Amino acid sequence: MLRFETIRIAQGDFALEADFEIVSGRKTAVIGPSGAGKSTLLGAIGGFLPLASGRLWWQDRDITHTAPGQRPIAMLFQDNNLFPHLSIAQNIGLGIRPDLKLTPEDRARVDLALERVGLGGMSARKPGALSGGQQSRAALARVLVQDRPVILLDEPFAALGPALRQEMLDLVQELSTETEATLLMVTHDPADVRRIADDVIFVEGGRAAAPQPAAALLENPPPALRAYLG
Amino acid sequence: MAHRAQPVIGRTGTLAGGFVVAVVALSFAGLGLRAEVGRGLGPAEWAAIRFTVVQSAWSAVISVICAIPLARALARRRFWGRGALITLLGAPFILPVIVAVLGLLTVFGRTGWVNEVLGTLGLPGLSIYGLHGVVLAHVFFNLPLATRLLLQGWQSIPAERFRLAAQLDLPPAMIRRTLEYPLLLQVVPGAAALIFVICLTSFAVALTLGGGPRATTIELAIYQAFRFDFDLARASLLSLIQLVLAGSAALIVLWIIPDFPLTAGLDRKLRRWDARGGVHRALDAGIIALGSAFLLLPLMAILLAGLLGLPEMPSVVWQAAGNSLGVAVLSIVVLLAIALPMAGWISTRRAGGAEAIGLIGLSASPLMIGTGWFILINPVADPVPLALPVTALINALMALPFALRVLVPPMRDVLTTYDRLTRSLGLQGWPAWRWLVLPRLRAQIGFAAGLTGALSVGDLGVIALFADPDRATLPLQMYRLMGAYRTEAAAGAALLLLAMALGLFWICDKGARWRAEV
Repeated sequence: MLRFETIRIAQGDFALEADFEIVSGRKTAVIGPSGAGKSTLLGAIGGFLPLASGRLWWQDRDITHTAPGQRPIAMLFQDNNLFPHLSIAQNIGLGIRPDLKLTPEDRARVDLALERVGLGGMSARKPGALSGGQQSRAALARVLVQDRPVILLDEPFAALGPALRQEMLDLVQELSTETEATLLMVTHDPADVRRIADDVIFVEGGRAAAPQPAAALLENPPPALRAYLG
Repeated sequence: MAHRAQPVIGRTGTLAGGFVVAVVALSFAGLGLRAEVGRGLGPAEWAAIRFTVVQSAWSAVISVICAIPLARALARRRFWGRGALITLLGAPFILPVIVAVLGLLTVFGRTGWVNEVLGTLGLPGLSIYGLHGVVLAHVFFNLPLATRLLLQGWQSIPAERFRLAAQLDLPPAMIRRTLEYPLLLQVVPGAAALIFVICLTSFAVALTLGGGPRATTIELAIYQAFRFDFDLARASLLSLIQLVLAGSAALIVLWIIPDFPLTAGLDRKLRRWDARGGVHRALDAGIIALGSAFLLLPLMAILLAGLLGLPEMPSVVWQAAGNSLGVAVLSIVVLLAIALPMAGWISTRRAGGAEAIGLIGLSASPLMIGTGWFILINPVADPVPLALPVTALINALMALPFALRVLVPPMRDVLTTYDRLTRSLGLQGWPAWRWLVLPRLRAQIGFAAGLTGALSVGDLGVIALFADPDRATLPLQMYRLMGAYRTEAAAGAALLLLAMALGLFWICDKGARWRAEV
């Protein structure tokens, strides 16, 4: 389980607090108004923002000060998820070994992941030669080979059209179910929440609320969430 | 508590920076061993100081004054070949000094083109030697630099301002007051200061066109003390004077030095509505023609004389060309080994002193470092066989500030853009270089390498201190041919040298972009 122990993240005047647990294997949507700190929360989990106080635990391991690459976490960002000068296979291979010294087995894993996301035969292409949707699939293939127990999605599909985004979310849903990963994803869309999330973390007013079951929360939202959902 | 994140790259940068500091500091130590400061400054030293400052000041002032109308004309006119002309303004940077001097001699020298025209008109000829010649050559090199700096400034004026000026139908005087004077006030001091500092450590120009008690720069005086009198105490003293003068000038102007427009990007189209009258057009056209002629004629002279002189070249020229090529390649290797880690180190820091280390190359003069190292090496080993490697090393140090200017901004950019991705993948150290920085910065690395290669192959500096007759570089060999009045052979060598400098630059620059897809 991922445990936030009286965590406080401070950035200038802005501060965000969180104190709860996320049960392993759950799919959790992080929602809230713009600027409330959804990305900040994920950035802190990913290790890109220091904690002002508190501790972050994965199972019984304190990962508060662990370097991003050493955390049990695979993360996709809003943009720049692929290196444009490397081939798709190389981009995915970096998820297995950062020095790209891949064994034949590693290469086979890369190919398998590409097949799984529907990009079979595209391994030699550069990201620029792929469509937006295909780039997202390639990034997901890397998440797959990284094989980390926690997956963080900071709106990586925001630039895609609605249909394509649904497609990607379905793929994410399948992949995280297959790998039994714990998923945290930032979203703006209640439809996304219904489609994929077990739980919801509502971020507002400098606080990330403990996860609540998604269906119940959307059925009967508290006033602040009701105001946000409109 | 806030943990500072480990930078992805840059740990070797401190090592490289330390190496640079050590090379320079050790040369100081060598100078300190021999300089007899108590001896004081004689009239010759004072004359050298005076001439150095005077010629630098004239060079800076004339370059900038001539650059203002030229940049203005280029900024507001569109014509065929404008892009090529602006590219050409960058060429003197990689043009070997000695080649340009020979070109200027062919045009302005005693039997040069200009004097022949003056002679047929019955007018007295002009002399290119002494202060005139030194300043003329410096203007030849720095007028293009000043023009590019000013042009960059002009193009930084937003197009909207010109649109507004056109909408208000402002007369030319008003446009000057509202748009152009504020800009000039901003750019001119920096450009002049930069040129002043560059000219302070001028050696090859003074060696060829100056000389004598009335036209000797400090750098030339170091060479003469060293080479003719083998008076190491005097050479050391002069070196320290040079350091104090150039170093303090560099420090003072560091704050007003503008960004070096090394790269392209000055051909942005900007529509202008002012100065459309016939007189303005004719004036601008005349200025551009004059400026181009001043820059192009010497280059054409090299081409013509060089082609005629190629068959006259003795075989030692080819040997020297081989040496030069070796020095240039070694320089490139040394430069990349220093500049890349240093750029990585600087890029992962917000700002600060690291860049100043790179600027050592601007203030510490080659002959000063050379003299210091000679003093250190001489007691333990024969310095002569080390002439070429030492030249390569010092050339690399001289190219370092330019290389850092080229490398640091894009490196900072790449590291910021892919910061989270590299961290989340655990890309660190060598893999981060191998898979991120080097492939993303191919073009800039090639450009920096090309710049270094061209500067190094054309450099006539520290090699003149150390070399014996068997160990010349091509510029030195060319200088010897000129000294022996073998002008045709020297012209041939000049053409060869020019081809090598441009060729090295072209190969590195284009090679790095070859099949680059991003």
